[in-house]
Amino acid sequence: MLTLTPAIRNAMVATCIRALPNEGCGLLIGRVDGDDATATEIVPSPNVAASARVYEIDSRVLLRAFRRVDDEGSAVLGVFHSHTHSEAYPSPTDVRQAPDPAWHYILVSLRDIPAVVRSFRIKDDTVTSEDIYIEE
Amino acid sequence: MAATVRIPTVLRPAMGGLTTVTVEGSTIGAVLTELTTTYPAIEGQLLNQDGTLHRFLNVYVNDDDVRYIGGVNAPVGEDDEITLLPAVAGGVA
Repeated sequence: MLTLTPAIRNAMVATCIRALPNEGCGLLIGRVDGDDATATEIVPSPNVAASARVYEIDSRVLLRAFRRVDDEGSAVLGVFHSHTHSEAYPSPTDVRQAPDPAWHYILVSLRDIPAVVRSFRIKDDTVTSEDIYIEE
Repeated sequence: MAATVRIPTVLRPAMGGLTTVTVEGSTIGAVLTELTTTYPAIEGQLLNQDGTLHRFLNVYVNDDDVRYIGGVNAPVGEDDEITLLPAVAGGVA
């Protein structure tokens, strides 16, 4: 399960709306507790692919985030990105390129209003939906 | 010449859980080859068979992306910090 605050959920959606017409993206930072995680902040990234159909996190954003979490003792929990015209479910490209089986993969669909936010685990090319707990 | 290499979380299980390692080598190619020799479980995740950088790997020497400073031929100095990062990408295409 992934725990978020309403502010973090809203910040992910806002990042993705600002990136329109392209896909938006960013990293999720927080604490890991076994298979569960609690996000404490997001780090928005430019979509260096600058595309409505693909995204790529700026590697300089990754560099700064990984250095910081190692120093702080927190963790990069995963990545969020938007699908501008399709459902909030990992595409075959998302699955094939998923970089880390320990990560949480958050999809923000902007196809409908309001935006739909869902979280998934991707291990060995298998996608599993997971619950998002919104902690007020 | 020994440099410090920061290991991304995805590679740590195959490297005994280490977060950093010290590796000998005067170029990025030499350092990555030495890492693969020491930790065979990561073979194929750093370099392609032709010795070029794996497409889904980002490598930094200090604050420089090695793709802009010579790729596998980028020089590595004694006190340099090398950071390995997964490429994070996807999309509906």
